[in-house]
Amino acid sequence: MGVDSCFRYDGTMEGWLCCVFETYRLKAMPQQIIGPEGQELSLFGCRQVETVEAHADRVRRGIREKLGEGFWLTLRHLFCTCLPDRELVMLDLTCRGFRYGPLILQVEGDPVVAKARKALTRLFSESHLLKGFIRFSVQSGVLVTTIGPKNFVLPYLAAHFRHRFPEERFLIYDEIHRMALVYRPHETAIVPMEDFRPERPDEAELACRRLWRLFYDTIEIKPRHNPKCRQTHMPKRYWKYMTEFTEDAVEPGEKSIPGGKWKNSQ
Amino acid sequence: MDVYEKLRILTDAAKYDASCASSGIDRKVERGGGMGATLAGGICHSFAGDGRCVTLLKVLFSNCCAYDCSYCVNRRSGSGPRASFEPRELADLTMEFYRRNYIEGLFLSSGILKNPDYTCEQMLKTLTILRREYGFGGYIHVKAIPGADSWLTTALGYLADRMSVNIELPSAGSLKQLAPDKSKDGVFSPMRLIRDKLLEGEEGTLLDGGRRTVAPVAGRYAGENYPAPGGGERKPAPRRRRRRKVEAFAPAGQSTQMIIGASPETDRQILNLSQGLYRSYRLKRVYYSAYISVVESVNLPAVGTPPPLWREHRLYQADWLMRCYGFSAGEILDERHAFLHPYLDPKCQWALRHPELFPMEVNRASYEELLRVPGLGVDSARRIVRARRVCSLSWDALRNIGVVLKRARYFLLCRGKTFPGLSRNRQAFLRAMLSDRERKLYEKREKWGQLSLFDDGSDSLGGSGGCGSLLHGGSPWGTISAASTGPMTAVSGASAGRSASGGTLSGNGSGGLSGDLLYEAGIPMLTVAEKNEMEWAGAPVWE
Repeated sequence: MGVDSCFRYDGTMEGWLCCVFETYRLKAMPQQIIGPEGQELSLFGCRQVETVEAHADRVRRGIREKLGEGFWLTLRHLFCTCLPDRELVMLDLTCRGFRYGPLILQVEGDPVVAKARKALTRLFSESHLLKGFIRFSVQSGVLVTTIGPKNFVLPYLAAHFRHRFPEERFLIYDEIHRMALVYRPHETAIVPMEDFRPERPDEAELACRRLWRLFYDTIEIKPRHNPKCRQTHMPKRYWKYMTEFTEDAVEPGEKSIPGGKWKNSQ
Repeated sequence: MDVYEKLRILTDAAKYDASCASSGIDRKVERGGGMGATLAGGICHSFAGDGRCVTLLKVLFSNCCAYDCSYCVNRRSGSGPRASFEPRELADLTMEFYRRNYIEGLFLSSGILKNPDYTCEQMLKTLTILRREYGFGGYIHVKAIPGADSWLTTALGYLADRMSVNIELPSAGSLKQLAPDKSKDGVFSPMRLIRDKLLEGEEGTLLDGGRRTVAPVAGRYAGENYPAPGGGERKPAPRRRRRRKVEAFAPAGQSTQMIIGASPETDRQILNLSQGLYRSYRLKRVYYSAYISVVESVNLPAVGTPPPLWREHRLYQADWLMRCYGFSAGEILDERHAFLHPYLDPKCQWALRHPELFPMEVNRASYEELLRVPGLGVDSARRIVRARRVCSLSWDALRNIGVVLKRARYFLLCRGKTFPGLSRNRQAFLRAMLSDRERKLYEKREKWGQLSLFDDGSDSLGGSGGCGSLLHGGSPWGTISAASTGPMTAVSGASAGRSASGGTLSGNGSGGLSGDLLYEAGIPMLTVAEKNEMEWAGAPVWE
């Protein structure tokens, strides 16, 4: 198609569905699909794909009816991954799905399918890790925390923490994607949030953190010290959000958690 | 004494317990009060500096102990501060930690405070506050106290998710010598009680069709019912028929633990014991804990002896082979082999003893056969089986689906072809079979062996091997070690000589791919006669 080998869309799932619509309308695959802030590689112009609800709905219905709910679910999962060209991979899979049938996802030897599988595995494993690594602080009765995941994991954490703390109120702020998961009894929402600063922890909160750090430092069997093993299981990029690796500020008014100075106890 | 100090003392006393799992059961709390859920896969909340996962708040209820087991830091005759929690104090601590997502639940063990029954009652009180008063739905692992009344043990089981009784040492003889207050029967009778209760529960499940409310697991991701950003409507949850809720006895099963390296049992004896436990006591896990010499005693390795971590690691590998890969203990170590190989993992060792089975065609081998290929794990085998339903697999496809071929390529065929450019020389094979660390150790050993042919071998070995510390008189270990100090140089010399001449054990008969390679690689197989504790003492610990 040459001139319009790049699509620019609004970064939503509906927007992506409209890209599929546009691909079929123009009968040509784009070379690149970028979000609202993406940098285009093409020398030629970039086609702005408008999000039209009717188009999106038509494609969505097509995928769900012809390729099945499983296929649709896989696409939605893929959309949450941090794969740099996830839109193009999803488009490629969808087009081939329409041509060869939904079994295309089972051809795991195929490079694109393999790439997608790998990205999904990363998404699921990161969300699983965060289920453990998240550390809440109690702030006037609300549990709050900040995370910095590579993938967009909030939808995957929602059900987990909802089942865990059905009667609590909590907020998980994803500072990379600038979104927050908020919950109050029996109601969940994922909302855009530009910035989030936790309040200064109160005395009870500080005491609890001290106890936890004590427990963490004591539970290690010193003759078996093995920092490499620890780092393999718990990559360092999570450390700066975790209570056991952070220190509370001494000066009143200074905020240290999360993202404070973290000690590197090798 | 404040909570801070108590937590320090009672964590320090509990940390040698190896078990940390929070797995085996899926549960959600009912709405309206209560907090907590469990996930069948378990969740690790942190990893300590020694690389072990931190999942549960692992503490002793009390480290005052009426018993005097010589390997234990909490023994009666030991020094050090003593402390006990109050039931409510511990329950509050658990809730505060759980609420902040520090932990997945509580792991509660205890020294024998006054007598077994009293200890058990205190633990029961803690669990009752957690479950009944606070509506705690998280994971609870509780140690049964040997010698406590069976009614108390049963009551604990109805509040906990997993129960365990430590068998402590791999044989009754060692138990008698090192833990004079415990007996084989004292350990096995609560284990039997728990098993019987579990079986009773299973029968109940069959009768009333499900004993507890269990969250659906298969094929569901946590985020599925939640709309992904920008698409899809929320599906209404399917209406589920309410089931009668019955208390379950330790729904996540039971486990046990034994100490490795404090007593003279062989790996073969240990594996046979574990197999017996898995089969007749239906345990979920057996944990092995490398003995860390913190206690000075004539019956034990000297203080400062490095913990036999290599041996523990190999035993865990063998244990996984028994639980998830369909191996039996007899297959892993037969009469001729008493110890696991220090440089080769148990599956590799098995495969090299069975060259007649390899190479194996990827597209035709059954799942069970694939599991026996070195380098293929449960994940890889499943992926292969799933992927080949659609089309036959080539080497490229195999790599694309995420199978690591470093080792497996020597044992597999794809569409009848061996791995393209498979290098058959000794160095390449060694690099593939052994991890970097293992290879370095192996090469070092080889060097010592060669040295000892020319020099005074005992010097070079004693100097660099760090095994001198074991040679203290008086203990059974001392006798074993002392007896073999002389022949040891001969052993290492002999194995070096053997590797020069090319392998002791090659595939007799068929001379398959791996048989040849083994021959070329010259990895000496160790037999009972050659192998003794010195091997383990000589194998350096993880750095």
